[in-house]
Amino acid sequence: MASSIRVRATSNGDVTEVQTLIQHPMDTGLVRDSKGETIPAHYIQELKFACNGKDVFVANWGTAISKDPYVKFSFKGAKKGDDLTISWTDNKGGSDQITAKIA
Amino acid sequence: MTVHTGPLPTRRLILQGAVTVALIGLGNLPFVPVHAAANDKYPEEAFKLKNEAEAIKALYGKTAEPSDKVKLDAPEIAENGGVVPMAVTTTLDKVTSISFFVAENPNALAASYKFPDGTIPAVANRLKMAKTSNVTAIVEADGKLYSATKEVKVTVGGCGG
Repeated sequence: MASSIRVRATSNGDVTEVQTLIQHPMDTGLVRDSKGETIPAHYIQELKFACNGKDVFVANWGTAISKDPYVKFSFKGAKKGDDLTISWTDNKGGSDQITAKIA
Repeated sequence: MTVHTGPLPTRRLILQGAVTVALIGLGNLPFVPVHAAANDKYPEEAFKLKNEAEAIKALYGKTAEPSDKVKLDAPEIAENGGVVPMAVTTTLDKVTSISFFVAENPNALAASYKFPDGTIPAVANRLKMAKTSNVTAIVEADGKLYSATKEVKVTVGGCGG
């Protein structure tokens, strides 16, 4: 199955810029479907980025993050070719992980 | 159904006792103040609070002061409340976390990001907004909280509107 995570990590000398797009419904638990039944909350709670065995960025999310979340950040201390591991877990125990090479 | 005699009622009593204890335990949980916050665990309690000030207190255990060193980049008007792009940058040193609060959302805390050493204190993401509201960005730097607030007008609701 294709990964739910799409990542672009580009090194610009000292700084690595990371852009991530994740496929996830991010249901708030407040919306009703066409039959009038509440769609239960289903959202990513924690998203972690690790590089060279160290967490470089951690996101804690609530239901107010848009569907198919996007996040961008930058960090220092990595170079081209290093592995960047991205993992998320949601409130229903779902999770996904991907390892990308910094370009 | 058969009526049990002998050792079984004792076991049932024990089980009932265990259930009672479990229920009391669970019932008490929400009233225990949790200030674990910006450290490592997912701040479940802070995300459940409706009020912005309470959510900030639950997450950080202190209050923030406005600062022009925190820059919140958000649109004046969002045509679609379901996807409102926002970014925070700061010139502050020793930043350990950045959080987004939307005052008028059902739950004020939207996102909280942790910044280990070496990560540049800036983040961009997309939030849902139920209606026109003040958005507050909080930056935790060197143990203190700094904030920037901006009003974003929403013309179409994002949370089931």
